[in-house]
Amino acid sequence: MAKVSMVVNGKPVSGEVEPRTLLVHFLRETLRLTGTHVGCDTSQCGACVVHVDGAAIKSCTTLAVSCEGAHVTTIEGLAQGDRLHPMQEAFRDNHGLQCGFCTPGMIMTAVDMVNRKGNRLDETTIRHELEGNICRCTGYHNIVKAVAAGAANMPAKAAAE
Amino acid sequence: MYEFTHHAATSVADAVGALGEGKFLAGGQTLLPTMKQRLAMPGHLVDLGKVAELRGVEEKGDVLVVKAMTRHVEVATSALVARAVPGLEKLAGMIGDPAVRNRGTIGGSIANNDPTADYPAACLALKATIVTNTRRISADDYFTGLFSTALEDGELITAVEFPKAKLHYAKFPNPASRYAMVGVAIVKGADGVRVAVTGSGGDGVFRWSEAEAKLKADFSAGALEGMKADAAGMMSDIHGSAEYRAHLVGVMARRALSES
Repeated sequence: MAKVSMVVNGKPVSGEVEPRTLLVHFLRETLRLTGTHVGCDTSQCGACVVHVDGAAIKSCTTLAVSCEGAHVTTIEGLAQGDRLHPMQEAFRDNHGLQCGFCTPGMIMTAVDMVNRKGNRLDETTIRHELEGNICRCTGYHNIVKAVAAGAANMPAKAAAE
Repeated sequence: MYEFTHHAATSVADAVGALGEGKFLAGGQTLLPTMKQRLAMPGHLVDLGKVAELRGVEEKGDVLVVKAMTRHVEVATSALVARAVPGLEKLAGMIGDPAVRNRGTIGGSIANNDPTADYPAACLALKATIVTNTRRISADDYFTGLFSTALEDGELITAVEFPKAKLHYAKFPNPASRYAMVGVAIVKGADGVRVAVTGSGGDGVFRWSEAEAKLKADFSAGALEGMKADAAGMMSDIHGSAEYRAHLVGVMARRALSES
């Protein structure tokens, strides 16, 4: 076992993990932050996307021990109290989901997209940037609309972190 | 995932010293999925994630040095890369997806030498030099077959040096994995014209000498009109037959020159 410490959603946390523990399992099982999902477990579907030191990554393809000292933001870290993050709000307003399984990863990817590409995102950019997130319900149409709307409603700089 | 031990290396010397029978862990975007499937089962991982001396890009005379643990996103967004080896930043931006590019590294990609990876084509077309903790290896001698390289056991890539030149690259990605079904890299540099093809060769990345001969006389997409590669030795799978890939090589080569 190894001790790992990181800051998750603004709170310092630590835990004993095995070296083989994936970041997603540390988040879900040790910290009980079950909003981050495991879909394919092969780093293709993006349901497990979280932010590590400000960058979107697939937490099923990262060891928890590799994130020693990192700042991690999960879907639970976006809302402020009862107030949803603008990207979450946009997914609700535009019905950007059906079963909801891929949604946490979609939203974390979308927020990262705005952080890198700004608040005005056209459809081509959004679809291209969503290449690593798979949804088997919606056909993406409303997801793309939601990302564009959420991007426009996010503050002009420094979105989630 | 099965059990293994882990060492967080602090320097190149520490990493090499701690390796034993283990494997180096770079960005983990290939190694970890491979371990989950038990296709590789190292009992010990030496994690290079915190080795600061392995990160970053710099200019050194006529070459661009990309250190081994530089993430794809860093190459894709580097103004220095775009100026020194224009086209390399675009290639890096086509690897995987945004989350994969935030973790994956050039050293990890080159060490693994996946036959459908993008960086091997850039290295071979540009005649890059692979720098390790013990020696310098020309790209011409480095890629030795499917998932195989000239690296010795315990040898660690520290950087890749690219001669400054413009890189033309076009890729037809597999729609699910974003790996290249066919990727063609073309460079007209100090070494003449070099055309490197990834994604399709049964032995991994290779040079397409017929196209090089044509481009030597006329460096344009038009010079390759109607050409396709030899289907013998091409990979063939559910995503595309050898004949299909051979045809795509011609299409991607022309696209590399007309669009980049």
